[in-house]
Amino acid sequence: MTAPVVSAVDLAVDYGSGRARRRVVEGVSFDILPGRTLALVGESGSGKTTIGMAVLGLVPPSAGTVEFDGADITALRPAERRALGRERQAVFQDPYSSLDPRKTIGYSLLEPARLHGASKADATSRARELLARVGLDAGAMRRYPAQFSGGQRQRIVVARALMTSPRFLVCDEPVSALDLSVQAEVMNLLTSLQRELGLAMLFVSHDLAVVRQISDDIVVLQHGRIVERGPAEDILTDPRDPYTRRLIEAAPRLDRRAPVESGKKGAPHAQL
Amino acid sequence: MSTAPATAAFATPPRRRIPGFAALFLRKPVAVGALVVLVLLVLAAVAAPLVAPYDPIVQDTSATRQGPSLAHLLGTDVLGRDLLSRIIWGARDSLGGVALAVVVMLAIAVPVGVTAAYVGGRVDRVIMSIVDVVMSVPNIIMTLAALAIFNNSMTAAMITVGVLASAAFSRIFRSAVLATRRELFVSAATVMGLRPLQIMVRHALPHAGGVVLVQASLFAAATLGIQTGLAFLSFGPPPPAPTWGGMVADASKVLATHPWMFIPTGGVIAIATLALGLLGDGIRDANAERFTAPTRVRGLEQNRAAVDEVVPAAEEPLLAVRDLTIGFGDRGALTVVDSVSFDIAPGEVVGLVGESGSGKTVTALALLGLLGGSGRVTGGSIRFDGRELAGDRKAFAEVRGSGIAYVSQEPMTALDPTVRVGAQLIEAVRHHDGCSRAVARRRALELLEAVRIREPERVLRSYPHEISGGMAQRVVIARALAGRPRLLIADEPTTALDVTVQAEVLALLRSVQRDTGMAIVFVTHDWGVVAETCERALVMYAGQLVESAGIDDLISRPRHPYTRALLASDPHGARRGELLPTIGGTVPSPADWPVGCRFAARCPLAVDACRRAPIALVDLGAERTSRCIRIDALVAEEKGATA
Amino acid sequence: MLALVLRRAVMSIVLVVVSTLAIFVLMSFVPGDPALTILGENATPEALERLREQLGLNRPLHEQYAEWLFGALRGDLGTSIFSGEPVAKLVWLRLGVTVSLMVGSTLVIAVVGIALGLLSAVREGWTGRLLDAVSLVGFALPGFWIGIVLVAMFAVAVRIFPATGYIPPTVSPGGWLASLVLPVTALSIAGITIVAKQMRDSARDALSRDYVRVLRATGIPERRILLLHVLRNAAVPTTTLLGLTAVSALSGAVFIENVFVPPGLGALVTSATLRHDLPIVLGVGVVFAIIVIVINLLVDIAYGVLNPKARVAR
Repeated sequence: MTAPVVSAVDLAVDYGSGRARRRVVEGVSFDILPGRTLALVGESGSGKTTIGMAVLGLVPPSAGTVEFDGADITALRPAERRALGRERQAVFQDPYSSLDPRKTIGYSLLEPARLHGASKADATSRARELLARVGLDAGAMRRYPAQFSGGQRQRIVVARALMTSPRFLVCDEPVSALDLSVQAEVMNLLTSLQRELGLAMLFVSHDLAVVRQISDDIVVLQHGRIVERGPAEDILTDPRDPYTRRLIEAAPRLDRRAPVESGKKGAPHAQL
Repeated sequence: MSTAPATAAFATPPRRRIPGFAALFLRKPVAVGALVVLVLLVLAAVAAPLVAPYDPIVQDTSATRQGPSLAHLLGTDVLGRDLLSRIIWGARDSLGGVALAVVVMLAIAVPVGVTAAYVGGRVDRVIMSIVDVVMSVPNIIMTLAALAIFNNSMTAAMITVGVLASAAFSRIFRSAVLATRRELFVSAATVMGLRPLQIMVRHALPHAGGVVLVQASLFAAATLGIQTGLAFLSFGPPPPAPTWGGMVADASKVLATHPWMFIPTGGVIAIATLALGLLGDGIRDANAERFTAPTRVRGLEQNRAAVDEVVPAAEEPLLAVRDLTIGFGDRGALTVVDSVSFDIAPGEVVGLVGESGSGKTVTALALLGLLGGSGRVTGGSIRFDGRELAGDRKAFAEVRGSGIAYVSQEPMTALDPTVRVGAQLIEAVRHHDGCSRAVARRRALELLEAVRIREPERVLRSYPHEISGGMAQRVVIARALAGRPRLLIADEPTTALDVTVQAEVLALLRSVQRDTGMAIVFVTHDWGVVAETCERALVMYAGQLVESAGIDDLISRPRHPYTRALLASDPHGARRGELLPTIGGTVPSPADWPVGCRFAARCPLAVDACRRAPIALVDLGAERTSRCIRIDALVAEEKGATA
Repeated sequence: MLALVLRRAVMSIVLVVVSTLAIFVLMSFVPGDPALTILGENATPEALERLREQLGLNRPLHEQYAEWLFGALRGDLGTSIFSGEPVAKLVWLRLGVTVSLMVGSTLVIAVVGIALGLLSAVREGWTGRLLDAVSLVGFALPGFWIGIVLVAMFAVAVRIFPATGYIPPTVSPGGWLASLVLPVTALSIAGITIVAKQMRDSARDALSRDYVRVLRATGIPERRILLLHVLRNAAVPTTTLLGLTAVSALSGAVFIENVFVPPGLGALVTSATLRHDLPIVLGVGVVFAIIVIVINLLVDIAYGVLNPKARVAR
């Protein structure tokens, strides 16, 4: 049995302080094995983004633990926690605020590699390599984020996340802000990169369709708790929990047609 | 769906360089002028012994109370002293004092504000409490006290002003730094493993730098007023030493006999204050324009569409759009929607599908005359119920709400946050029905029930931030229905909602449509939504209509390569580990529209003929149209695929 | 809402105490011996010592402050070292003047500034640019200079308004208003330009928002949108600015009172500072501190009224 890269053990997170303190995540446990993707699916208020933040160390757990390679990340010394940044990276939702608008693309790409000890020459060549891999030319290094479209920026963010050859990637709604065709490109990129590099991934999304392409296992969340979990195929084709069923049913589908009896010829408004 | 501003889709191609701060600043003549004036004043003050034509204290009893002359460029005062020289020497006192106050203020406010923002927690709270206390101490009293203690020393007064002002400014700098902390690139930096101090220095402070400069110059302008005021009251260096404020006091004493003196003495203060204020404005504007990539509109030669032969509608349509053309920028020079034509029959539900840069949202807004900013309809017509709307503000005003209604994407921002929900709904009802408040209230409740809100009384009394997104969207729909419209423009109405709420709202829209018989134009990027709600759909790409068809035909047998590719990239068709077919390339921005087919650069079926001339819309019969000359190849591929 | 007000009230008392303590400590450093100034250079050392004892100048600092504080709580703000009059009475007589100036100018700034700002937000063309130019001039010219010009023009050249002096409203309301016109104008000009600019920016921002577009789409007439919705939303940040303007009107009043010489607190405290008359400075300092705190309280309340989101406990 291979050891999981990341585990959540009975994770709980609170927001607010004093009288306004609420528990937004309760009793969440999961394992992510190397090379596999776990999708966290839920609507707003489900706690999925909070769990992503907790796994990244951006939000402290109020109960339970988050483990990386078996070690509790909150029990690590600050230096060790920072060193985790080499192995664990993130791709966030908003391509417009994920890159510092005042820094060139080159700076943003080199920053993580240089931080973790790479020489400038090595980091630069790796940056060029990754830019090519995500479909952009090396000239991008000298330009600023404002000169690129949303989809292109998101690809740059993916390249940046891979600069240190991490083993684990958290993707928090990485394509929700993108157009449909661009969404497909970025999802393809993530899918193929994961295969090539054997990345473990935590994929947070509200869109079940998007998750279909990339996830091995799915965890469905509602109000901060897990309502169902299992292999992706099972969940999507044969959901057991009524909430999961509602989620799947609710997503608008191409093959459904609503009977629209057009009340043509200007039928008057009823009691409205 | 992209939440970026509309202009982001038209980003300049990567080739053009982004101008730096200096370049942007130098393009503003007013700000540059202000800087030059200030530099001249500072130089004059520093080099006073060399520049001043006369000794400022020496009196010349033969030349008192003179106006401007060759000997004395600004005249003399009551004791015959040259005013120009006194003003130049006085600059040392005033500008020096202001500089001192600014330096003291920044030296305290920047570290305090940044530390409070960076450390946060209890330290932040303690610092801010101290700041609050200092801010409530009456500044003028403390300044006067400082003057008294240190024997009328202007230096002491200026230091006091700087210290007292640093409280308010540390608040401002703290906010600036805190604002950057919430940005995602700071989270990314934290995840990466950067130390908090490194993040602060590399990513947060540079953003605050602009704020510091702007506030410093505005503070300098205000302090000059205080410094000269104090000098006016005889604080600071005693006569005969020249001070700008003291000279105003002297001038006021001889106002009746020597009114001229009042002008240069007040004038120099005004010029210096103005220069500082304008400099601050210039810095702020230049800073805001940095790192953005604006579109160049001047001297633009765009490639435009051919005029289409439009398929006339069978009966009188409810909405008839012909060759609608919309432009942005100076006199609408940059066309973003290019000769779009379509009809909407009464009670029909039509989808308007496209991605960012297609022009679908702009088209929808134009139907209501709601193009904001510099957008305007530059050609074509919009006929609603037989009446021409385009270019007629009055016609639009009469039709809005009662003929054509609108539902937008973000429910939470569609309602005025300071007014109760009920009041906003009643406002709409009263406008359309002209009834009393009581009657309007009853109708409002009915409308809320019609949109299936369960506790209508409670919702009426609530503020927008107290209700959920789904509920807010229902309220917005209810308000749209208040005028009994015959056409509803729904602009991505469910994109911002949770998927279960989305399903409910879509069902609601369908049932409302059935009950009222109103037509709907459904702007969306979601094929599932289009499939489930619309009878017919129009596909837009790069400002043009590229295909229109009944929903079944469109989805199962698309007749335009873009439509086909867009349907193929729908994630519903994905399998684990497989790659979705993608289009490749990017949408051309309006400035870069090619001569021929705008999709040719990305189209697998493109041939030379596609690129040579604009492609016209072709009528395929059975109420289908397509803007493509390679439909045969497309059909052949489709047959090959199904074979 | 009530909890907010109560919390602010408690904070305010603390602030008043801290302010007066700060002023007290500061003033104690003022050089010069009041006793010497009163009795003159020829006084004998014994007479000086007796006067110092009488005035309580030899007691330790904290005792002097404590005694002053307890007196103040009883309404006794001590007596002027020089005139012997009770400070409370001096302050009370002159309070009306300064408050009239302050309230008057704040009202003028609010009404004119908001109207101008709203107007220039809506009218893009030459009216906007004219307002820009005028506001630049108003911002740049120092208040005391404007005051003198106003006196020269409207009180000396053409005798419409009085140049100096002040008529209390109880004597003649018309005269009171007339005596206020020039000083309030001089005091308000800079404030109007700042408030107008802020109002214009806030109004433009509000006009670009989604809810304005949706209101237009509903068919609501533009004038109603402007006066009811935009004004309300734009007033929120403007209220904070108005609070700051009111406070700076207090400082401005000190300068203006030296031009127009109405018998107000500004003129009083300036001369008292020069004479090192500590009780007067303290007394005026207390009043100023209380005024500032009342203003801040009013701003908070107004903010809560205008912005429903702010009413939720912070």
